[in-house]
Amino acid sequence: MGAITLRNVSKAFGDAVIIPGADLEIAHGEFVVFVGPSGCGKSTLLRLIAGLEDLTSGQILIDGEDVSGVPPARRGLAMVFQSYALYPHMSVRNNIAFGLRMAGMPKEEIDAKVARAALTLNLTDCLERKPRQLSGGQRQRVAIGRAIVRQPKCFLFDEPLSNLDAALRVNMRIEIMQLHRQLDATMIYVTHDQVEAMTMADRIVVLNKGVIEQVGSPLELYNTPNSLFVAGFIGSPKMNFISGPFAARHNAATTGIRPEHIALTGAGGDVQGAIMLTEHLGADSFLHIDAGEAGRLTVRAPGEYGGKPGDAVALRFDAARLHRFDSQGKVIV
Amino acid sequence: MATQQTRSIGRIAVAPSVLALFLWMIVPLAMTVWFSFLRYNLLDPNPACSLMTPGALLDAANRCMAGAANYYYFLTDPAFFKAMRNSLLLVFWVLVISVAGGTLLALLLDQAIYGRNAVRLMVIAPFFVMPTVSALVWKNMMMHPVQGFLAWITKSLGLGAIDWFAHYPMTAIVIMVSWQWMPFATLIILTALQSFDEEQKEAAQMDGAPPLSFFWYMIVPHLARPVTVVILIETIFLLNIFAEIYVTGSGGRAGNLPFLVYHYGLLSNDIGGASAGGVIAVILANIAAFFLMRMIGKNLEA
Repeated sequence: MGAITLRNVSKAFGDAVIIPGADLEIAHGEFVVFVGPSGCGKSTLLRLIAGLEDLTSGQILIDGEDVSGVPPARRGLAMVFQSYALYPHMSVRNNIAFGLRMAGMPKEEIDAKVARAALTLNLTDCLERKPRQLSGGQRQRVAIGRAIVRQPKCFLFDEPLSNLDAALRVNMRIEIMQLHRQLDATMIYVTHDQVEAMTMADRIVVLNKGVIEQVGSPLELYNTPNSLFVAGFIGSPKMNFISGPFAARHNAATTGIRPEHIALTGAGGDVQGAIMLTEHLGADSFLHIDAGEAGRLTVRAPGEYGGKPGDAVALRFDAARLHRFDSQGKVIV
Repeated sequence: MATQQTRSIGRIAVAPSVLALFLWMIVPLAMTVWFSFLRYNLLDPNPACSLMTPGALLDAANRCMAGAANYYYFLTDPAFFKAMRNSLLLVFWVLVISVAGGTLLALLLDQAIYGRNAVRLMVIAPFFVMPTVSALVWKNMMMHPVQGFLAWITKSLGLGAIDWFAHYPMTAIVIMVSWQWMPFATLIILTALQSFDEEQKEAAQMDGAPPLSFFWYMIVPHLARPVTVVILIETIFLLNIFAEIYVTGSGGRAGNLPFLVYHYGLLSNDIGGASAGGVIAVILANIAAFFLMRMIGKNLEA
């Protein structure tokens, strides 16, 4: 069906080790997001699964079958590229049909499949157009259409939304999630945007320097990050990290608290400080607070917060939500 | 940036070179047109007609004005049709060989091979050899029936030597000129190949396109535009091939239009006839360019 297993997969370009060794199980029908900062090896990992890069060592299994030496076209996967990689001289119809034609499928069958895919993706009216005559969102859909018609075991998305503007990105995000529900296919999605990861994924794989830092559902990663890296990467605005005497009092090298888990109180509290800057987003206000020995903290205050820069505030941390990390950056349970 | 003032300063600044180029082009053309209507032969004993004298127009007997006679004789000369045919054959075959060979060479050079830069430099080297030099080298070192390299090869195989310029002068010229122009085609096509989108290549790989299909459906359409440029530019230069024909002494059987003009002017000393031929060549080249642009120029749009 579409279960993918990575066994000790590693990749090096010459002396540069991109992925030292990754193990991962992806079940059929899952929506898995690889997320991490640029250069963390997430795209390389995807391309290894696709077969566009050769493994340095390890194994990739699709439905229990070792595909490490199988060429990309015969792995039963489809990929949507960041630049869409549409064939510029072909009409939308031919772009979508190309893979099927290469597979030697009869023409009537191809036409039927293309028509169905076009209907799903709302592309029926522009089948005869060339890619350059389409908008960004339409191009994106053609790229997805090219993937759908092949009825792959698994869809691979390589930062597919990064070339779209913000509004369109939200729409396409929803469309891809609906498609996932509709097609009942495994999807692997690579992004550097943690918001995309949080909103779309069944499971998130956080990568850092080629190493899988943590795998889990979005809320698992949010609530129980197992390292400083994951804690800092997941969540927006970023988690506040406090080291020094404050952390030492909690028997940790570093403590972390999310902006939404800090409450403003009139007096007392865990730390005191002064407002440096406020950002008003309407539903929320983000306060940047200089908290003395605790450093600079970001606090999310609900609604419109009336405080002005320079005002003294006291902060109370939600003790249950305080994360503690050791000097290696690992979480202390 | 482009204010009124900078624009007019710019115009003034480029005016001298525009003027020089214009004169450079228009003066010879005007002189050629003027000569083409004169009865102007270097062997003519009447000196008044041997020079571009305004007096010729005022000459009462009008002995110097030839009217359209130069054109009439040039166009009805059997050598004219032979030269036309040779011109077209030369252009056609060199285009076919240089574009096809250039594409294959470019595909090879696009691969990651050891010493690629050195190989590329060697491949484009023929383009930098002067036509006269290359003609001499081909004539005396490659195609010579006695000491030539090709003769050595065929003789080693027991096939006997071919006297290229005596028996197949047109083929010999086509080979020489193709050798000179293939590097140009290779260079342009190689550059185009290198601009081929890497993700598109990978998408085709995911789509399972085997190498030949990939070449046909992806590379060929991608090359349409650079090949159009190659054809347009090469045609312009190939219509003017002269040195190779002159130096190898193949003008008798493989002479093209420029060679015929040379023949009129410098062998028959008929400046008037040669000028008429020159004007006809210019007109034919423009007609060819017009149809060429119409046929393949659509590839250059958008």
